[in-house]
Amino acid sequence: MGQGPPGHIVMEADDITRALTRVAHEILESNRGAANLVLLGIPKRGVPLAERLASHIAEIEPGFVVEERLGQLDITMYRDDLRRLHPRPINPTRIPPRGIDGTVVVLIDDVLYSGRTIRAALDALGDHGRPQAVQLAVLVDRGHRELPIRADFVGKNLPTSREERVSVLLQETDDRDAVLITREEEAA
Amino acid sequence: MTAVLTHLLSARDLDRSQAVAVLDTAAHMAETQSREIKKLPTLRGRTVVNLFYEDSTRTRISFETAAKRLSADVLSFAPKGSSVSKGESLKDTVLTLGAMGADAIVIRHQASGAAHLLAHSGWTEARIINAGDGLHQHPTQALLDAFTLRRHRAHAKGMEGDGLGSDLEGARVVIVGDVLHSRVARANVDLLTTLGAEVTLVAPPTLLPVGVETWSARTTYSLDEAIEETDPDAVMMLRVQLERMSRAGGGFFPSHAEYQREYGLDTKRLGRMRPDALVMHPGPMNRGLEITSAAADGQRSVVVEQVANGVAVRMAVLYLVLTGAEGGPS
Repeated sequence: MGQGPPGHIVMEADDITRALTRVAHEILESNRGAANLVLLGIPKRGVPLAERLASHIAEIEPGFVVEERLGQLDITMYRDDLRRLHPRPINPTRIPPRGIDGTVVVLIDDVLYSGRTIRAALDALGDHGRPQAVQLAVLVDRGHRELPIRADFVGKNLPTSREERVSVLLQETDDRDAVLITREEEAA
Repeated sequence: MTAVLTHLLSARDLDRSQAVAVLDTAAHMAETQSREIKKLPTLRGRTVVNLFYEDSTRTRISFETAAKRLSADVLSFAPKGSSVSKGESLKDTVLTLGAMGADAIVIRHQASGAAHLLAHSGWTEARIINAGDGLHQHPTQALLDAFTLRRHRAHAKGMEGDGLGSDLEGARVVIVGDVLHSRVARANVDLLTTLGAEVTLVAPPTLLPVGVETWSARTTYSLDEAIEETDPDAVMMLRVQLERMSRAGGGFFPSHAEYQREYGLDTKRLGRMRPDALVMHPGPMNRGLEITSAAADGQRSVVVEQVANGVAVRMAVLYLVLTGAEGGPS
């Protein structure tokens, strides 16, 4: 591993920070504050992104207590491709103590692609309660949806071909912040 | 990566990292069982057959619960009232179940090696999980015992998350009683020592199998000595398998009273153990023989918790065996 995948850099660390700051503001604007918000990151990289968004929101809205509003939602057991893939490690799910009933849940993931992860996340969410609304924030939307799903908040729209791979690297999981595009044959 | 399991036939199939991965998966499964909605869609559309040639309450119900919590369809097969009573062979029964689309077969059989036979016979494509074969193995029981031990060790050390990622290095476990007839003992010796625990077997000489000296466990004839010398983290009381003995003690021991005096767990013996030592029993218990009611129902007994953990462990095994089953390993 070491350097991580080679490829063409489309977002540097500063770009990611700026995009997340903007998304934090957009979330607050469209929900008219943070009173009813719960942020749930989808492992693996949605979790650090959710943490960063939560701390941005806490800076803007002093009444927002991160520990009461931040969680993570594992979707492994809800995937529709379990028959074909090797068993995947299951990650913990952490729902904030007051639950999600009646709240506005913002799901957070790194890349929106086919939409299947989000479909699974909506199923998983339904087993934890009944939010008033569910919204979706992603760092990168790369297109090629296979389901009628869209993001409410997007860090960067990135038109790609299916032969390309988008890699989001984050300090917390990969020791650096960057978004890369790689051709499949280079990555292999 | 998570362990890749094709079948689960023996506790020996697992190396330490695989065993830890199964226990970790079980911990996540256990977490889902404290939710209001316990059912997960993971194995929707898959069929799990419980093929139990021997009587069982908790293992069969535990597997059934585990499969249903993962949304699999469950067929329970008991030889009584089936064509087995007309003389149908194991092979024909399994061919029939395969034709009905079984994705996994959970088998308990009185013959040692039955699960291995099914997995390697070519009779069926289904994944095989051994739920106890003769005097040989009972891997999910060993996994749930290891899970229970690990959880309590983690809590005692103040670790979070039921000891995720940890093994049983340095744990001391004393297994007491009818080792001869016990697949639970064999599976536990294999798994607990793989995970780094030290196991001591305690039994009268008549209830120790030939060749026990080759097992990775110490043996002694005296329970008091074992408690004194090893200061165990847990004692696991085995059921005296009276149905496998001809008369009261079948010549294996002089009388119930004498067995109880030498090898039974009562409050007096419990008092000589560490205050946080666990009392375990795979069930069903012969109360008043290998364990007194006071010990079985006391504060240190985790017998009921073992049953609850059994569901989580079996969910983990079904998940690991049945995901990625199509298309083979990549």
